[in-house]
Amino acid sequence: MKCYTPVIYKGLSPCKPNAIKSAVLQSEQVQYVIKQLAKEMGESPDIIQEEAMEILDEMGHSMQLGAVRFFAFTLSKIFKQLFQRVCVNEEGMQRLQHAIQEHPVVLLPSHRSYVDFLMLSYLLYTYDLALPVIAAGIDFLGMKIVGELLRRAGAFFMRRSFGGNRLYWAVFAEYVKTMLRSGYAPIEFFLEGTRSRTAKTLTPKFGLLSIVMEPFFKREVFDTYLVPISISYERILEESLYAYELLGVPKPKESTSGLLKARRILSDNFGTIHIYVGQPVSLRTLASGRISRCPYNLVPRHLPQKPSEDIQEFVTDVAYKMELLQIENMVLSPWVLVAAVLLQNLPAMDFELLIEKTQWLKGLTQTFGGFVEWPDNLCAKKAVISGLTLHSNIARLVNGHVVLNDKGVEDGAVGEIVFKRALAILMCATYRNQLLNVFVRPSLVAVALQMTSSFRKEEVYSCFSFLRDVFSDEFIFFPGISLKDFEEGCFLLAKCDAIQTSQQEIYPTDKGSGIVSFLSAMFRPFVEGYQLIFRYLSKETKEAFTEKQFIPGVRNFVFQLLEKGNTQCYEALSSDMQKNALAALVQLGAAKKKKMSSGFTYNVNQEAVNKILDMFDARIPVQKPVAARL
Amino acid sequence: MFRHVSPELPGLAAAVAGCAPAHGHRPRLRRPFPEAEKTARGRATAPGGSGRGRLPGPPPGAAGSTAAAGRGGAGGAACRDGPYEGSPGRRLPLARPLTRRRSAAQHGSAMAAAAEEAAGGGGDSPSSALRRLRIISGHLRGSPRAPEREALSPSPCKAQGGSDGPASGSIPKKRQELLKWNGWGYNDSKFIFNKKGQAEFTGKRYRLGGMVLPTFKEWIEKTFGASLEHKTTSRASLNVNDVPPSIVNEEFLQDLKATKISYSQDAEDRVFRAHGHCLHEIFVLREGMFKRIPDLVVWPVCHEDVVKIVELACKHNLCIIPFGGGTSVSSALECPEEEKRTIVSLDTSQMNRILWIDEKNLTACVEAGIVGQDLEKQLAESGFCTGHEPDSMEFSSLGGWVATRASGMKKNIYGNIEDLVIHIKMVTPRGIVEKNCQVPRMSTGPDIHHFIMGSEGTLGVVTEVTIKIRPVPEYQKYGSVVFPNFERGVACLREVAKQRCAPASIRLVDNAQFQFGHALKPQVASIFTSFLDGLKKFYITKFKGFDPNVLCVATLLFEGDREKVLQHEKQVYDIATKFGGLAAGEDNGQRGYMLTFVIAYLRDLGLDYYVIGESFETSVPWDRVLDLCRNVKERIVRECKEKGVQFAPLSTCRVTQTYDAGACVYFYFAFNYRGISDPIHVYEQIERAAREEILANGGSLSHHHGVGKLRKRWMKESISDVGLGMLRSVKEYVDPNNIFGNKNLL
Repeated sequence: MKCYTPVIYKGLSPCKPNAIKSAVLQSEQVQYVIKQLAKEMGESPDIIQEEAMEILDEMGHSMQLGAVRFFAFTLSKIFKQLFQRVCVNEEGMQRLQHAIQEHPVVLLPSHRSYVDFLMLSYLLYTYDLALPVIAAGIDFLGMKIVGELLRRAGAFFMRRSFGGNRLYWAVFAEYVKTMLRSGYAPIEFFLEGTRSRTAKTLTPKFGLLSIVMEPFFKREVFDTYLVPISISYERILEESLYAYELLGVPKPKESTSGLLKARRILSDNFGTIHIYVGQPVSLRTLASGRISRCPYNLVPRHLPQKPSEDIQEFVTDVAYKMELLQIENMVLSPWVLVAAVLLQNLPAMDFELLIEKTQWLKGLTQTFGGFVEWPDNLCAKKAVISGLTLHSNIARLVNGHVVLNDKGVEDGAVGEIVFKRALAILMCATYRNQLLNVFVRPSLVAVALQMTSSFRKEEVYSCFSFLRDVFSDEFIFFPGISLKDFEEGCFLLAKCDAIQTSQQEIYPTDKGSGIVSFLSAMFRPFVEGYQLIFRYLSKETKEAFTEKQFIPGVRNFVFQLLEKGNTQCYEALSSDMQKNALAALVQLGAAKKKKMSSGFTYNVNQEAVNKILDMFDARIPVQKPVAARL
Repeated sequence: MFRHVSPELPGLAAAVAGCAPAHGHRPRLRRPFPEAEKTARGRATAPGGSGRGRLPGPPPGAAGSTAAAGRGGAGGAACRDGPYEGSPGRRLPLARPLTRRRSAAQHGSAMAAAAEEAAGGGGDSPSSALRRLRIISGHLRGSPRAPEREALSPSPCKAQGGSDGPASGSIPKKRQELLKWNGWGYNDSKFIFNKKGQAEFTGKRYRLGGMVLPTFKEWIEKTFGASLEHKTTSRASLNVNDVPPSIVNEEFLQDLKATKISYSQDAEDRVFRAHGHCLHEIFVLREGMFKRIPDLVVWPVCHEDVVKIVELACKHNLCIIPFGGGTSVSSALECPEEEKRTIVSLDTSQMNRILWIDEKNLTACVEAGIVGQDLEKQLAESGFCTGHEPDSMEFSSLGGWVATRASGMKKNIYGNIEDLVIHIKMVTPRGIVEKNCQVPRMSTGPDIHHFIMGSEGTLGVVTEVTIKIRPVPEYQKYGSVVFPNFERGVACLREVAKQRCAPASIRLVDNAQFQFGHALKPQVASIFTSFLDGLKKFYITKFKGFDPNVLCVATLLFEGDREKVLQHEKQVYDIATKFGGLAAGEDNGQRGYMLTFVIAYLRDLGLDYYVIGESFETSVPWDRVLDLCRNVKERIVRECKEKGVQFAPLSTCRVTQTYDAGACVYFYFAFNYRGISDPIHVYEQIERAAREEILANGGSLSHHHGVGKLRKRWMKESISDVGLGMLRSVKEYVDPNNIFGNKNLL
């Protein structure tokens, strides 16, 4: 049996999970909220204390080494079945090891699959590092035995939403902070909040992040290290599940039997996993000079305090920064490039051309700072073939042409054909999507160039800035630096000779027209998809609606267009894009979001939406943002 | 021998018997036999001398530097820890380093001294007076720069005011004759490495004097990576040619001469009043020169003199910087470089008389230039004390305490300066400010005393202070408690504060400082003692499971009448037991207090071996004490690393005062600067970072050192814009022409 003696935080005060629980329960923070609630509701504090105890039991982990060993053993068997290889950057692990001894550490992995946290725990175990405690969604608890096993392996559970429940919030926050302060173990959670169904990084959630940052703000710890971790899969375990889900076929509830049924995937091959452990980022360094210390000095630290505006802004910035680091370190497999090329050349593409294009795209991706993993300097052909083999469920080689694997398209109803096709395209898009956040800045410049059909820098910038606003939920942009993003985009385009810039103008070069059109084609599904969705919203909705009404509505609308052949934008069927588009309207002020007892309802301002649509069609010039700084 | 050892025994025995605190088990040593104690003390501290009070004269070796000196700046006194001595079980109220009753060098000339001595040398036999005179005059002859111009001018006010016996200040006008010109404290007291390479403390003023400290060298090498081979040396004496010239307008000089107030334009006199004791200031003394120094030093001897000087300064538009004991650690005494006017350093050291003692109301009116040890000594002659003992009390002055809002070690019984002061007289450019009565409390608008206390010499000169006095306590007892870790120690102090049963002094030192204190343990003279030490160590570390690298120590000082002290002691030890504390004997406690004065001397030793250091302090709410201590220490370590300091620094703290709502925390920080080109700059950056860290952790800008110029940049943040404006408007009204232009605080 493996000898497991993990390195631990130097300031660790050793304690058992139960001791942590009682410390949380007795903490001033929780006791304060209990007293408050007791006063407000006129109940005895004991009852509320009971309630807090229950919450804590539901949530708490009970890490046991036996369970960890059992897990590690099983996982190693399963992982060996599923994956060819797991690659990890050794120096990242060493940095992590160092960081764990020095300061409380928060692990922030990307979230693409359930495998993420199992894999990460397994990895830390293998490298003799302290196992993290993981904030996992409470739905896992529905899984008998497995839920309990996860708990014993160090997972603790949070309800998906507990905004209104003050007691829950207090207990949960204190639980996390206690573990952080005591240096009990690294804390792990997902900034994205949930698994990204599209393999595109989701915009960050801030709740947990601000909880783990609070002990530092209050100087209860000297520093906290945030470690962005990028986990990329050559083939995602849940790929088809996600595609169904995006198309509105509901996600199965987590259950143990479901897991057992899923065991047939064990016979499948899911390729390689790449884990890149990023450089630990010191929160102290990030915060230096940014946070006014006053608010925390004037109120007792155990009182719940609404974070000030500059704190909120800081948390937001840190969240985006961490996600951008995740993106930067995300390993891109050759198949990702293949998928990107293939999607622009449907329904079929010449194999040789695909190889050539893929190789070309590899160069471009590297120019843009993408982290392409091309196994052992494999020749392009072999790389493409191995990609195709691994993803035979998505595409295959037929007579020297590569076609999407939409079986049974020829026979069957039109609707079915569209559905099957959409399924294949969305699955394929999942892989292309991994490129998008690397490409988004130069590409939006390219799109803007085409949309404005003007070379004046000012106009291109205002169009870019408009697109950036519209897609702010779709892609990851650091808040408030539109101009910098624009300049970066221009710089990257100029770097690959796609454009030339002067003081006032931007020209695509002759040589670069290929790049510009490729880039804008890459983002065309989003531009078109958003236009479709906006069109639906501007025409079909008159009254307030909920998200539950909106999604099927817009899906039907797009579906019909696809059936009629009026559009080829299958990706507009993705509920992810639909939600993002709606959120974008809210942000742009063209729709209003209201909280009702039954959830959120939306009200769309038709006129404003039409105006945005016009901007897309370049029928009216995009409103000028402050371009003087150019 | 046995006497020295035994105090620690009962503590051990009691602990073995079930962790009961050590108290009352010591009949042999606890007897309040003053005579016996005194003799024991005498033996320990001044083998050649005898009991103080009856001291016939200075030990020959001490010569002119015998007079105990003191300071405390009207322009910024700070509180360094002071010396403690006395027999292990007991500290006598008079047990001050070298107790000199009166200094002869009042007017800087041998004749004046002789006259003074003859007139007022009540207790001294004629022969001893003669001997002293001989010594002093010999000393003056030896000095190449005996001031000619300072003709004796027995000030009239001296005669009027001197109703309470002879004046007896211990700081001469030529400070350098008694005190180091480029370091801390007395000329004859310093750490050296003897021929065997062992550390030793010279001089006979302190209990540690003449003792060999066998483990100290190893500690210094281990802690700082310093080596005795790598030495820097200060220049041997001040280079008078470097000193900026004195620029004084002739008319003013004429007017000044007419007042008959003693003054000097001598280069040394001026340089030695151009600085306090910040690290950078000492560094400049050792290796460079100040850009701006006072042009003239004046020595008023009474309130009226000060009034005249301030009037002249207003008339001629000069800048006055009050100077008390010169122990400032906030750059408060540095002359603003851009000051174009003549800078007059107003040295209050010769205003040092107790004007009267009111036994009915328990108050005493004292001239503000008196230094702490003289004040206590003279009050003790009448059976009283103020109980105000800042760590710098050997040198700092009453006026300086007032001007910086000083805090004393025994504030738990006697209060801080703001609690002690009944009445203040201050001379400002607008005139004299004072209250019309001497009452315990008034409701007459904002207390004007609070404009004065902490004004750091920006508003005027404090000339006379009426201060509360108390009968000298009957009994004193040291103690110490070992805690398994700092956290438990702080929790215990918090509980003691909560129950409001803090002894006269209670301090908690962290592990690094505990080890530091250990390194200063003198050579053990018997096998028996070292055996006992070993046994104790074994008991605490093995039997009780304390980690010697984690444990920490609280030192205690009880004071009062005997019954109550013993009762009080039991109460405190009972609380300590609840927090896992073990009584650790009186000796440890006493050594802890000794450390506080020794450390100031140690900096000079460090400077010789590439080690620079400083202390700083803050006050903080109880719930943040631990976090603040940890974070500030960590920040220092990190900053050092980032700035290229090659060895991990010494970064240590102690909780020195407890209050209802928080505590005062004191940090020591020192590092080996070999390999760094600009150590002072690096040092200042780190100190600044440490202060930022303190503020970010909810600590204050200063608990008692004051702001000076060193911490000015954080004033706005500390007291808000409006607050700063309030202070400014007071300054503008009181001193519209910025006569008191030391630029402190605002």
